Amino acid sequence: MSAALLLEQLLNGLQLGVMLFLMAAGLTLIFGVMGLINLAHGSLYMVGAFACAMIASATGSFWIGLAASLVAAAAAGAIVEVLVIRRLYQRDHLDQVLATFALILIFSEGTRWLFGSFPLYLDIPPLLQGAVPLPGGGQYQLYRLAVIGVGVVVAAGLYLLISRTRLGMRIRAGESDREMIAALGVDISTLYTVVFALGAALAGLAGALVGALQSVQVGMGEPVLILAFVVIVIGGIGSIKGALFGAVLVGVVDTMGRFLLPQALSLMLPASQANLVGAALASMLIYIVMALILAIRPSGLFSAQS
Amino acid sequence: MADPVLEIRDLRKSFGALKATDGVSLTLLPGEIHALIGPNGAGKSTLIHQISGALKPDGGTIRFLGQDIGGLGMAARARLGLARSFQTSSLAQEFSALRNVMLAVQAKQGSSLRFFRPVMRDKSLTEPAMAMLERVGLAARAQVPAAELSHGERRQLEIAIALALGPKAFLLDEPMAGMGPEGSKSLTRFLDDLRREAPILLVEHDMDAVFALADRISVLVYGRIIATGKVDEIRNDPEVRRAYLGDAA
Amino acid sequence: MTRETFANALLALLLLAVPIAASYMGEPFYVTLATRIAVLALAAVGLNIALGLGGLVSFGHAAFFGLGGYAAGVLATHAFNAEPLLFGIASTTSMPVIWLVAIVVCGLVALPIGAVSLRTAGVYFIMITLAFAQMIYYFAVSWPAYGGEDGLSIYVRNTFPGLNTAQPLPFFLICYVLLLLGLLLFRFLRDSRFGAALQAARQNATRLAAVGIPPFKIRLVAFAISAMVTGLAGALFADLNRFASPSMLSWHMSGELIVLIVLGGIGRQFGPVAGAMLFVLLEYVLGGITERWQFFLGLILLGVVLFARGGLIGLLAGRARHG
Repeated sequence: MSAALLLEQLLNGLQLGVMLFLMAAGLTLIFGVMGLINLAHGSLYMVGAFACAMIASATGSFWIGLAASLVAAAAAGAIVEVLVIRRLYQRDHLDQVLATFALILIFSEGTRWLFGSFPLYLDIPPLLQGAVPLPGGGQYQLYRLAVIGVGVVVAAGLYLLISRTRLGMRIRAGESDREMIAALGVDISTLYTVVFALGAALAGLAGALVGALQSVQVGMGEPVLILAFVVIVIGGIGSIKGALFGAVLVGVVDTMGRFLLPQALSLMLPASQANLVGAALASMLIYIVMALILAIRPSGLFSAQS
Repeated sequence: MADPVLEIRDLRKSFGALKATDGVSLTLLPGEIHALIGPNGAGKSTLIHQISGALKPDGGTIRFLGQDIGGLGMAARARLGLARSFQTSSLAQEFSALRNVMLAVQAKQGSSLRFFRPVMRDKSLTEPAMAMLERVGLAARAQVPAAELSHGERRQLEIAIALALGPKAFLLDEPMAGMGPEGSKSLTRFLDDLRREAPILLVEHDMDAVFALADRISVLVYGRIIATGKVDEIRNDPEVRRAYLGDAA
Repeated sequence: MTRETFANALLALLLLAVPIAASYMGEPFYVTLATRIAVLALAAVGLNIALGLGGLVSFGHAAFFGLGGYAAGVLATHAFNAEPLLFGIASTTSMPVIWLVAIVVCGLVALPIGAVSLRTAGVYFIMITLAFAQMIYYFAVSWPAYGGEDGLSIYVRNTFPGLNTAQPLPFFLICYVLLLLGLLLFRFLRDSRFGAALQAARQNATRLAAVGIPPFKIRLVAFAISAMVTGLAGALFADLNRFASPSMLSWHMSGELIVLIVLGGIGRQFGPVAGAMLFVLLEYVLGGITERWQFFLGLILLGVVLFARGGLIGLLAGRARHG
């Protein structure tokens, strides 16, 4: 095993982590401010990917497609918030789970209706095609590096938004005291719509970015959604910092586990068996990590409540 | 002097910079009503929470019937015989008054891992529970869901649940709160008799009730006990008058 | 007889009469449909113990449904290939043994999952149960010995002494009787001391602890029993389809089980039966009209959640009463 290969896997893990962060940040923000668990977040990821693929193929420009993904996901988020989600803030978690589960069915089947069951493909834009040399002699896809860069920029942007701007101040106030913020004269229902649309836009962005690496298809958001749940459970629900930490942890542990476990086991087992057991164990690894973290800290590492 | 039923020594609890419980020591003796008074925010409820096991203290010991109960959870302390009532009623809202009390009867009888016999047809549960409701004067309302009881009735129900546990000590957190003058009077008479069953640590704002009932009074101010003594001693303690009762009293 | 008892009896009779009539009219398809209803209802009866009585929103019960299914599939495969199981024990195609294995396995898996998950509450509990179910799902998919992504076929339906299980009607009757037993168990649990403690834990866990009953222990036992019933249903489901598929373990399945309960009426004894009837009929009727029936299922579900919380039993029999 070469150092270059290891570095490549580490970068892959980081890239997965960045994607998860984009998803988890929205989820955790929506939970922190509105107290809502949103299963349909993966659908907004899918909306972003489809919008990007469709517009990119119509215009020939990935960048216009990317912009469209943000707009489409934010719009879909805002519409859903106004029509459905705002009726759920005062309901218990079971109702939220059910209603957003229903939204998944509607979004998934609706998308299948519009686009058919075949996956769409999205090309990596020419500007970001090609690879960069890694220290140690390997090569790494430029596009994946750019995705990591986007994640860093978004994390920094979110930090600035929440700590420095008026909207961020309202979000923080909304997290700590919903009645106070209403008393301050902030239009709370607009604030909630904005926060929901912001989370949706982040999910849509993630979907569009990943769309160029994988295929764009119905159901693509669900595995990511569940990983994002693991992320925010590990990080502490409501904490953006926790989401960032959890996302990178899950991304790296998952990727490195799939890479290293079969190799580590091959020291003890015959190669075919090592691959098999290693792959099976690796697929469970992050859940085991989650269980261990929760056994020690039941409300996550950066819980806002504790 | 008899051994104390409950003995708290040097209990400490902070929330950030706020010392909610700052080295509290007190005892509850057999047969007595020991009243804990103090201004709002003095840390009375925090203290009750620590004794009952709802909050974990930062330091100090709590001994109950000679045993250190600091490491036990709320349910384990209740099983030892420490019954509490809540400042704001805490009931199983959908259950009738009777079923709320039956839960306590069932807990007292032992394991709840019994899966087959229907509780409503189990006279060993319904009869003692009904008797407790009769004792607190709530028998006529036995079938009403807790959520539909009046405020005063919910306070009575809390007492009935505590009684049903047949405890070795009561922790009553403002049992008179929100009761009318009639209710307070009859509850005062009730508690006066109750001390013969088990000693009571009574947190209460109603000073008439406290002076009528208490064998001893402890005054809690800013997380510290500034005085403990008989009713007259507390009435005449200059520090208490300054800190709490107000000099005009 | 209260309205609810009457509604329950009606549902039970209906579910029995239709497949018997269909069988005599030579329409085995409807027998299979009724079997599907009975099995899904049994799975939801299991979940209803945790969710309805205990208020534990487990979004991972597909794990137990699927484990039960795989128990049936794995035993059948070993028996079919005449391969012994671990330690040289011969496998079997006898349903009662398979059921027992499914129940025991699910109980043993539910205890550690419950022990970790029940340390948390609310949204955390929902997400953690979901995550554990996903873990088992990915394990099943990535472990090729028992079919991996392709699932595991059961070439000949497992056997039951004295009955020809390959015939639709006898197999339906087996499932129906087990459903009735499951419903009976639910009723016993609900009305027992354990049920009183469990329902109190849902309403007010602090109150339960204050009388000396530890909520954690009660919930853990409930979670395990709930998993065992759902696991039994999983074994039946695999035999019904002659196939143990990873989709039984998927989170959609977990969601559907919750949906069944809510459609029927949460915490109600026959809620899962009403819900499963409604669900399977919707699947069949809507599925006959349009390929996109899940779109409309989503709309209906949304409507029920937002506007009709009592479910079908609530509609038929009014609000729930506690003695």
